[in-house]
Amino acid sequence: MPYQYPSLRIEDVSVGDLRNIRLDVHAGEIVCLSGASGSGKSRLLRAIADLEAHDGRVFLGDREQGAVRGHCWRGWVMLVPAESQWWAETVAEHFLEPLPGSLEALGFDRSVLGWQVSRLSSGEKQRLALLRALSHRPEALLLDEPTANLDAESTRLTEDWLRNLVRREWLPVLWVAHDPEQIRRVAQRHYRIMGSGLERQP
Amino acid sequence: MDVIELTWWQLALASLMVVALAVCAHLARLGVGRDLIIAAIRTVLQLALIGLVLEALFSVGALHWVALMAVAMTLIAGREVMARQKRRFHGGWTFGIGTLSMFLSSFVVTILTLTVIIGPEPWYTPQYAIPLLGMMLGNTMTGIALGLDRLTDAVWRQRAVVEGRLMLGQTWAQAVGDIRREAMRSGMIPIINAMAAAGVVSLPGMMTGQILAGSPPALAVKYQILVMFTITVGTGFGTIAAVLAASRRLFDERERLRVDRLRSV
Repeated sequence: MPYQYPSLRIEDVSVGDLRNIRLDVHAGEIVCLSGASGSGKSRLLRAIADLEAHDGRVFLGDREQGAVRGHCWRGWVMLVPAESQWWAETVAEHFLEPLPGSLEALGFDRSVLGWQVSRLSSGEKQRLALLRALSHRPEALLLDEPTANLDAESTRLTEDWLRNLVRREWLPVLWVAHDPEQIRRVAQRHYRIMGSGLERQP
Repeated sequence: MDVIELTWWQLALASLMVVALAVCAHLARLGVGRDLIIAAIRTVLQLALIGLVLEALFSVGALHWVALMAVAMTLIAGREVMARQKRRFHGGWTFGIGTLSMFLSSFVVTILTLTVIIGPEPWYTPQYAIPLLGMMLGNTMTGIALGLDRLTDAVWRQRAVVEGRLMLGQTWAQAVGDIRREAMRSGMIPIINAMAAAGVVSLPGMMTGQILAGSPPALAVKYQILVMFTITVGTGFGTIAAVLAASRRLFDERERLRVDRLRSV
């Protein structure tokens, strides 16, 4: 039997106001999630990454969230928050080996690894946070507004790179976005949070 | 060498100087005049009381009374650790962690010192055991209180960073590692500084007392060195144990950060 790339399966997850969320994100697929602010998008992502107590079960392929140690799960199902955090002096201290060619694809070169974190702009931080997450070789991605601090050109660059990468590496991706144009460009499916559940959008 | 007897009316003379300071503080509107007097009165009452207790304890000298005294001292010190925290754990965990680490380090080091090094007969002779334990607890308490306060406050302030590190797949121990090391250091630094300054900048209180009470300085110095070493060891291990236990308590079984287990006081 050929190797099956794992999909991300969310079964009856309840967190905050959200109740019994069911969602399958297939390998290599980008599913966008939108909703008013405060509707619980970020909390849902946090629950899927197991950073917040929640009901229900989450699977990555045949591996269940509750059956593995918390840090292992989060290493596979990686959440990239809207506001990235940096704790060391230089960029390199936060990184494992970046994916080949990924720095260049987002407009950096290797010298960026020696940069001081304190001198990064918010846009640079956001792109580097994505690269940093992918340097840990996750098997699924949870992106919380990954282009919120980027200008139009960087946004397009980042979208294209992510789309290619996701298809090439067969990653299931849950992507929180606001901009309808962006959702049309990147998503195979789009759900909107309505009340306590998700509603499929055309 | 005979010790000059100190009478209560001589102490009353000394207290006049405190009153003079309180009057000056009041006139200068420092706002501490009242506190100063109250604290002075507490000193007199508490020490007089402990003097009575010690007299009784020394005359009896039974193991179970010494043990009771030691436990009471540990509990009071544990309460003091809790009182010095800006943020405490819900459900008495701060008191529990503080008291238990203090108990482990202070008791082990004190008993080792008594049995292996000083060797009074019997080993729990209260003249040795109680002052030694008292000094251990006093210093260990400071170290643990500082370390815990530093840990919980830093985690609270940097909770976004700690969670950011968890999101990258780090274990709870990696995610809180920097903060934990810093907390352990800050608990141990005062006692390291005290050792470095001993005899040069300050004459340690215990040695001064012993010399005033008629001991030859050479013997007082040896006891002071012994006490310095033991309180350093007790403070160090106590702080490490308390910070380790408290940092674990900040995460749950899924290695999630649980700052909701803290409440600010």
